[in-house]
Amino acid sequence: MLEVDDIHVYRGRTYVLKGISLRVTRGEIVALIGANGAGKTTTLRTISGLLHPRRGHIRYRPEADGPELELDRLPAEEIVRRGISHCPEGRGIFASLTVRENLLVGAYLRRDNRGIEDDYRRVCDLFPILGQRAGQAAGSLSGGEQEMLAVGRALMSRPRLLILDEPSLGLGPLVVETLFATLADINRRGVTILLVEQNAVMALELAHRAYVLETGRVTLSGSGEELAADPEVRRAYLGGA
Amino acid sequence: MGGGYIAQQIVNGLILGSMYALVAIGFSMIYGIIRLINFAHGDVVMIGAFVTLALMQVAGLPFVLVAAGALAAGAVVGVLIERGAFRPMRGAPQVTGFIASLAVSIMLQNLGILLLTAQPRNFTFPAALQKVINAGPVSFRVIDLVIMLSALGLMVLVMLLVKRTRLGMAMRATAENLDVARLMGININRTILAAFAMGSALAGIAGLMWGGKFGQIDPLLGYVPGLKSFVAAVIGGVGSIPGAILGGYILGLAEVLFVGLLPPIYSAYRDAFVFGTLIVILLIMPNGLLGSDKGERA
Ligand SMILES: Nc1ncnc2c1ncn2[C@@H]1O[C@H](COP(=O)(O)OP(=O)(O)OP(=O)(O)O)[C@@H](O)[C@H]1O
Ligand SMILES: [Mg+2]
Repeated sequence: MLEVDDIHVYRGRTYVLKGISLRVTRGEIVALIGANGAGKTTTLRTISGLLHPRRGHIRYRPEADGPELELDRLPAEEIVRRGISHCPEGRGIFASLTVRENLLVGAYLRRDNRGIEDDYRRVCDLFPILGQRAGQAAGSLSGGEQEMLAVGRALMSRPRLLILDEPSLGLGPLVVETLFATLADINRRGVTILLVEQNAVMALELAHRAYVLETGRVTLSGSGEELAADPEVRRAYLGGA
Repeated sequence: MGGGYIAQQIVNGLILGSMYALVAIGFSMIYGIIRLINFAHGDVVMIGAFVTLALMQVAGLPFVLVAAGALAAGAVVGVLIERGAFRPMRGAPQVTGFIASLAVSIMLQNLGILLLTAQPRNFTFPAALQKVINAGPVSFRVIDLVIMLSALGLMVLVMLLVKRTRLGMAMRATAENLDVARLMGININRTILAAFAMGSALAGIAGLMWGGKFGQIDPLLGYVPGLKSFVAAVIGGVGSIPGAILGGYILGLAEVLFVGLLPPIYSAYRDAFVFGTLIVILLIMPNGLLGSDKGERA
C-alpha cells in the first residue's frame, strides 16, 4: 500500500534521514521504534507531505487494484485528501476550538454532511468522553482525553492509512492499554496503521511488523515477535537482558 | 457641562470608536493568523478613502455601490500585500515581516503622494447623508448614524463568519497551528489570504467612514487610524476579534471624553492621556482585556 524508497531528508541544513526504506501492506499495523532523535517523526512528516525528500520516492496505492501515486512532491493537504491521516507528535489539538469543532475540522475535506455526522457519532461511541465534552474548549481536556481527541479527529477523514506519532506519550499505563486496544479495533475495521512509539513493548506486541531506526537509517526489521525476541532490541529498547 | 453635553460626547466617541474597531479587527485577524503586525494596514484605510472619492465624486455611483467598491478595494489591496510582502517572508524571523510591511506602508504613502499630490481633498457626501438629526440633547449627521450602524453590522457579520462557517473554522485552526491545519487538509495559503482580504476590506470601508467623518483626505491619512487602531487591538488583546472591537470603542470614547471633560488647556495632550490609559491597562493586564496568555504559537 505504501512504499518508502530510499528517502533522504534534510531539516534546515541537518541531514536527518540518510536513506530510509520501508513498506506498509494493506491491513497491517507497522511500528517504527528507535531512540530519541533517530528520525521517526521526520519519516512520518515526510510521508504526510509536511517535509519533502531531497532524494528518494514515496509511492502509495490507495486502492488495492487502483493506480499508484507518487507522494513525495504532493503538499500535505493533497495527501490527506488521498486517505492518509496523520495524528501528530504532541497531539496538536486545536485548544481554542471546541471538542466537536476539532472533530469536524478532521473531516474538513469531506462534504457528505450525513456521513460526517455518522462518523462523529461513531467516534463519540469509541471515546464517550468526547461526546460528553463536545461543546467544551479542547484545551481544557486532560492529556489522555486530548490524545483520544487527536485519534478521533484523525479518524474523521475516513483514512485508509492512519499514521500515529507517539500516541502513548504522557499517558498512564491503563489509558495506554485502552488506547492500544482501540487501535487494534480500528485496524480490524480495515484501517492500516503506521505507528511510532517509545513504548516499544506495547508497540511490538500490537504491530504485525516493525522497523528499528537509528540515526536516520533502518537497522532492523521483522515481525513484532521477532524484534521483541532480538537481543539487540531487548537491550536497547525493552530495558531487559 | 450637563448630561446632554456628555451624551453628545459619548455619541462622538462611539462614532470614532466604530472606525477604530473596524480597523483594529483587521490588525487582530492578520496577527492572529500569521503572528505579524501589518504596518501597512492603516494605509489600506487611505486607499479605501480615495477609492470612495473616485467612485462617488468622479464616477458618481450610488452610495451602496461606492461602499461595495471601498470594501472590494480594501480586500484587493490586502491580498496584494499578502502575496507581495508577507508570503515571500513566510518562515523568516518575525522582524523581517515587520520591516516588509513597514516598507509597503511607506511605498503606498509615497505612491499616493506621487499620483495624487499631498494636497488634502474635500470629501463631500450627498446632501441626504449630511443632514443633521436632532435626537433630544444629541445631534449627529445621517452619515454618522450610517457609520455606527454599518460598522456594527459588519462586526457581527465577521464574528459570525469566524465562529460559524467552515472558512472561519479553518482560519481559527490555521491560527493555532499551521502544520496541523495542513494535516487536516486545510490549504493554509488560501486561508491566510482570506484573513487578509476580510481584515483589509474592513479597513477599506473604514476609509469611506473616515472621509465621511472628517471631510478631508490626503495620502498620509492612514497614519492616525493605523496607529490608534493598533493600540485598540493591543488593549483588547491582539488576536482576539471581540477584543479589537472592545478596544476600538474604549479608545474612541476615551479620546473624546478626555477632550470633552478636561479643561481645554489639556486637550492638546489628549493622545498623552490615551496612551497613558493604554500603558495602565497593559500594566494590569499584559495580554489585553480579552487576550489569551498563550503567547507565541506552539
Ligand atoms: N526543525 C528542525 N531543524 C533541524 N533539525 C531538526 C529539526 N527537527 C528535528 N531535527 C533533528 O532531526 C533529527 C531527527 O528528529 P526527529 O524529530 O525525527 O526524531 P524522533 O525519532 O522523532 O525523536 P523523538 O523520539 O525524540 O521524537 C534530530 O537529530 C533532530 O535534532
Ligand atoms: Mg518524534
